[in-house]
Amino acid sequence: MSSALHITYISWRFVRVWHRNMLVYRKIWLVNFLVPLFEPLLYLTAFGVGMSSLIGRVQYRGEEISYTVFIAPALLAITMMYNSFFENTYASFVRMYFQKTFDAMMTTPLSLEDIIAGEIVWGATKAVIATGIMLAVVGFLGLVYFPHGLMILPLSFLGGLAFGTMGMIFTGLVPSIDMFNLPIFLFITPMFLFSGTFFPTSALPAWAQKLSSALPLTHLVDLCRTFCLGEFTTDTKWSITYIVVMIVLLFPVALVVMRRRLIS
Amino acid sequence: MDETRPKIIRAVDLRKNFNSFSAVDGISFHLSAGECLGLLGPNGAGKTSTIRMVYGFSPMTSGRLEVFGLDIKTRWRQIRSRIGVCQQENNLDPDLTVFQNLQVFARFFNIARKETRDRALQLLKFISLENRKDEKVTSLSGGMVRRLVLARALINNPELLILDEPTTGLDPQARHQMWERLELLQANGLSILLTTHYMDEASRLCERLIIMDHGKILVEGKPADLIRSYAGDHVVEVVNPGRDVKEFVAAHDFLHDSLDHRMIIYGKEADRLFDVIGDKFCQETCIKRLATLEDVFLRLTGRELRE
Repeated sequence: MSSALHITYISWRFVRVWHRNMLVYRKIWLVNFLVPLFEPLLYLTAFGVGMSSLIGRVQYRGEEISYTVFIAPALLAITMMYNSFFENTYASFVRMYFQKTFDAMMTTPLSLEDIIAGEIVWGATKAVIATGIMLAVVGFLGLVYFPHGLMILPLSFLGGLAFGTMGMIFTGLVPSIDMFNLPIFLFITPMFLFSGTFFPTSALPAWAQKLSSALPLTHLVDLCRTFCLGEFTTDTKWSITYIVVMIVLLFPVALVVMRRRLIS
Repeated sequence: MDETRPKIIRAVDLRKNFNSFSAVDGISFHLSAGECLGLLGPNGAGKTSTIRMVYGFSPMTSGRLEVFGLDIKTRWRQIRSRIGVCQQENNLDPDLTVFQNLQVFARFFNIARKETRDRALQLLKFISLENRKDEKVTSLSGGMVRRLVLARALINNPELLILDEPTTGLDPQARHQMWERLELLQANGLSILLTTHYMDEASRLCERLIIMDHGKILVEGKPADLIRSYAGDHVVEVVNPGRDVKEFVAAHDFLHDSLDHRMIIYGKEADRLFDVIGDKFCQETCIKRLATLEDVFLRLTGRELRE
């Protein structure tokens, strides 16, 4: 009974949880801003300048584009994934387990479901902020086609929800904080490498291409590239559907595993 | 007179099972408006499980539980908006300052910004922390942290305050600071439900006590009545009692406990024979004292260690 799904327990009050996290975030906003500001510069220097002399140009959807233009959208997608996933794993775990913040919240009119929704929406918000800063940087470098590129912002919220929800499920399941290494090794790192991020998935053998196209980051990278290049295809619609379905399916799972973990 | 006051909490045959273990085993109790009710019991007696059900943190296995006349199962959100809870752990938000801890909590209760500020400052004054308003909570002492937890529980002007071991781990000064504030709140008519295993705390703060063990209620009553019924008025403790004392006590059928190196004999005020023990068998290895709640507690729950 205690592990049942209580989706109706979600109220607008989840915004209060979001607000609490925003308050803490704003305290160290400079640090929070610096990472997405300089990280793309590091990557673009290493890969764009260093590697592109080896690689030259890349074939993408029948077009030849520079390697820097190829990886810039991937960096945006990776930022969405990292910001929300890490927020809803390590940071949420610390609040839940070490700081007992959720326990305290549950003495107020907030439900556990409000808290989890607030945490996930917060993770997605962090993804939007980081992606926005990064978008400004890569846009400034002329790697984004505007105004289509602005679609990256709503996309980062969607991507943030998807990976944050995934992270929250692990938070509900891991026995200790060190155990997050496992999902990172099994899911996050392979996605970081094989989702058409640093090389087109067409370079992979057929079976691996199929596997890759099942990964959420592959779709997020594709969407980012679509928006950055300003060229929509029929795949765009399917990739968005994929991300939305992922959120719709995983969100109730996150609620159930967290309820099972915290309510006894 | 107790019966005329409205009931703030009404629990009937409340049960909480964890798998096959029965943490709360069918207890019924009530708390009247303006009353302070204490739940006493050794570790694992079911105190915390009970109050967690009262504030809707942990769902009950069976039974009926109403707070302010509302069913906790369906009206938990309304109930929680009218109560204040100090949990056992000091779960202040370490990422926030003293003032922000109150401010953020007020938002959870949907209290308006302006009102929050006034109320938070007033509460900081009440707990004597108005000068530490902008400090991080990690810089506070144990006693201050506990007082801030209390202030946070009062941010919504609750009608019922629930305290889970409010002074555990505090030094005597900090405990008395805490008690004074709780007494002030009580004088203002706040209803309080508290758990503790400090007998002095229970007898000082609570009008009525429930002693629990193994998920059941053992006894219930006013502190003084419980002492009189279960431990008498006076107690003589005889250290290393000789055979003569033991025989005397047995012959006169005194209420007593025999420990390894100590005999504890309970007597009534008017008991003249009881005085004889003091005169006849006690030279320097005796302590004569008033009966306390601790005697009642140990007599009812036993002296074995609970771990």
